[in-house]
Amino acid sequence: MTSSFLHPSLILIAGALLLPFIQGPLRRPYLFLVPLLALGAVLANTTLTGNFGLVDFLDWQLVFGRVDKLSTVFALIMALMAVIGTLYGLHVDRAGEHMAAWFYAAGSLGVIYCGDYVSLFFFWEMMAFASVFLVWFRRGPNSLAVGYRYLLIHTIGGIILLAGILLRYQSTGSITFDLLDVAHPGLATWLIMIGFGLNAAMVPLHSWLPEAYSEASFNGAVFLCAFTTKTAVYTLARACAGMDVLVVLGVIMALYGVIYAVMENDIRKLLAWSIVSQVGYMIAGIGIGTDMAINGAVAHAVVHILYKSLLFMGTGAVLYMTGKTKFTELGGLYAKMPATFFFTLIGCLSISAAPFFAAYASKSMIITAGFEQHLNWAAWLLMFGATGTFMYNGLKLPYFLFFGSNRCSKATWDKAADPTWNMLVAMTLGATLCVLVGTAPGFLYALLPHAVDYTPHTVYHLMETLQLLGFAALAFFLLKKYVEPVDRVCLDIDWLYRQAGRGFLWLVRHPLQWFDTAWGEAYRVVGLGSLMTVSRFWSWFDWHGIDGVVDGIARGVRALGGKVRVLQSGQIQVTLFYVSSLAAVVLVTFVVSQLL
Amino acid sequence: MTTLIAYLQARLKTVVTICLALLAVIAATSLLIDTHHAHTWAEQHVPFFWSLFGFVAAALIIGAARWFGGSGIQAPTDVYDRTLLPCEEEE
Repeated sequence: MTSSFLHPSLILIAGALLLPFIQGPLRRPYLFLVPLLALGAVLANTTLTGNFGLVDFLDWQLVFGRVDKLSTVFALIMALMAVIGTLYGLHVDRAGEHMAAWFYAAGSLGVIYCGDYVSLFFFWEMMAFASVFLVWFRRGPNSLAVGYRYLLIHTIGGIILLAGILLRYQSTGSITFDLLDVAHPGLATWLIMIGFGLNAAMVPLHSWLPEAYSEASFNGAVFLCAFTTKTAVYTLARACAGMDVLVVLGVIMALYGVIYAVMENDIRKLLAWSIVSQVGYMIAGIGIGTDMAINGAVAHAVVHILYKSLLFMGTGAVLYMTGKTKFTELGGLYAKMPATFFFTLIGCLSISAAPFFAAYASKSMIITAGFEQHLNWAAWLLMFGATGTFMYNGLKLPYFLFFGSNRCSKATWDKAADPTWNMLVAMTLGATLCVLVGTAPGFLYALLPHAVDYTPHTVYHLMETLQLLGFAALAFFLLKKYVEPVDRVCLDIDWLYRQAGRGFLWLVRHPLQWFDTAWGEAYRVVGLGSLMTVSRFWSWFDWHGIDGVVDGIARGVRALGGKVRVLQSGQIQVTLFYVSSLAAVVLVTFVVSQLL
Repeated sequence: MTTLIAYLQARLKTVVTICLALLAVIAATSLLIDTHHAHTWAEQHVPFFWSLFGFVAAALIIGAARWFGGSGIQAPTDVYDRTLLPCEEEE
């Protein structure tokens, strides 16, 4: 590594490996210190520009530290998120959970700083394999199965990405992680885009997200909501900016997530659907590809991490304190969890792009970029989706969770209270940043990859937003009986692949099993029977034919030996008699033959 | 804060009236705003455009979600157990 560049992933990985050895009163300061050091390293790296951490490996030069505006802004928010997330779960004693979270954050920072596809793939897989533990550590009845499905989908995505990388290397001889030829995308470009897109939860490759994030541990979800999808957004912004199809996919994501979030009964699954929808805005911005659109996508990724983690912290507090996550088992909690309600409300206003809250500074940038590129259909549909975002996240979530009918059981109600101090401090930090970014977005705009010629604080934007939100709220309260949560699950595209998996199992267990049994029986009757007959013949032939000849000779020799043995009486005079007689016979025979 | 919320809840009718009055003020104010920087014709020429857009969009989304859920997408919570194939039920 070049001395001036310090890789934050190294700090997190080393910190994670040492963590099990740090026990007792030192544990909590250590937990806070390690991500803080990683954030410090990222801050120190902001003064640099260029490629660092160059390592020769086989025929390639790996780049572990590409520092530019795009990588810097993403690295900053990811490192900050590692601090907030760790602070939120500071009281969690299980070292493994913190280790998984830090390896996960290290993978994300590794992807963000890398400049080649080989190291990207390494860190990409590190993210997948570390993050699954955040699902497994929930230790719920479904956690194991959900985790395996999550891992399976990400492994498939990794293979698609690897195939794209290899094809690209074969055709160009380059492993540089840079803008692809999006104007004339070949198979390699498509595969790389799909590999990235799966992690961004592009519809229809999104089903892993609502399932896994709603099943994760209360603090694991805070990490999950930030890293995977936004790292994928970074990679798409780096490699696929201006790829037209992303506009279509982004708009579909924005609307698809809205409809499912409106139907959802689980508070954290609602937020997970919201991620699909909000990442859709970023993907659409990347697809539009202009400077303003890319700025908007990046800014929205940053603020999304802030408000979404705040929302997952709020709902995580509800889960942590009550053990419940369904609207139909909760309600009226503002009286028992006032601080949690307050912070969650700030998150709700932030995601709704309410004036002076986080997304007010970012979402309109993407939509404005759409209008400026004359992609009016996309811009209108994104506005339509923005209304839906306010509906499910700005109204449905706080209303049915903290107000509405109180559906809590007595045990749930008794347990409900604001969480521990560290969780409240983490939420305070997140909420403060949400308001800061919304009111004074200048410091965020200064970090964006392109020069910003945009201000959200215009009278027109303010009035547009107030009308939109105000009248959407009116519609919500007039029609709220139609969005009343019901204890149902929403079938998604995962239903198709679950059925496909079950169909495959059925195929294996029924037709293939039958064929295997029938084949075994046929082999037993036809193959084995005839083989046994042939074997018996050869056994008979061996016994009576070959062995008969061999044994016959042996028996002849033995009989001759017996006769000879009779002659061998052991008495010398008898032996002399036989010898003399034989000699006499031989002599007489010789004489007679001479005379004749 | 809980006291304030309880206070407002006790005077819900007044709160609703104030909110409706605020909406009316917002809608009326929108007529006074300079719209020549707006991107589309509709924004520039349709009065109360964003008020209508917000209301209609919210109503459409509620209707779409309701229809989508009712068409079989919202299923009983044990749907994945009940749709198991016979071979899995045997286990």
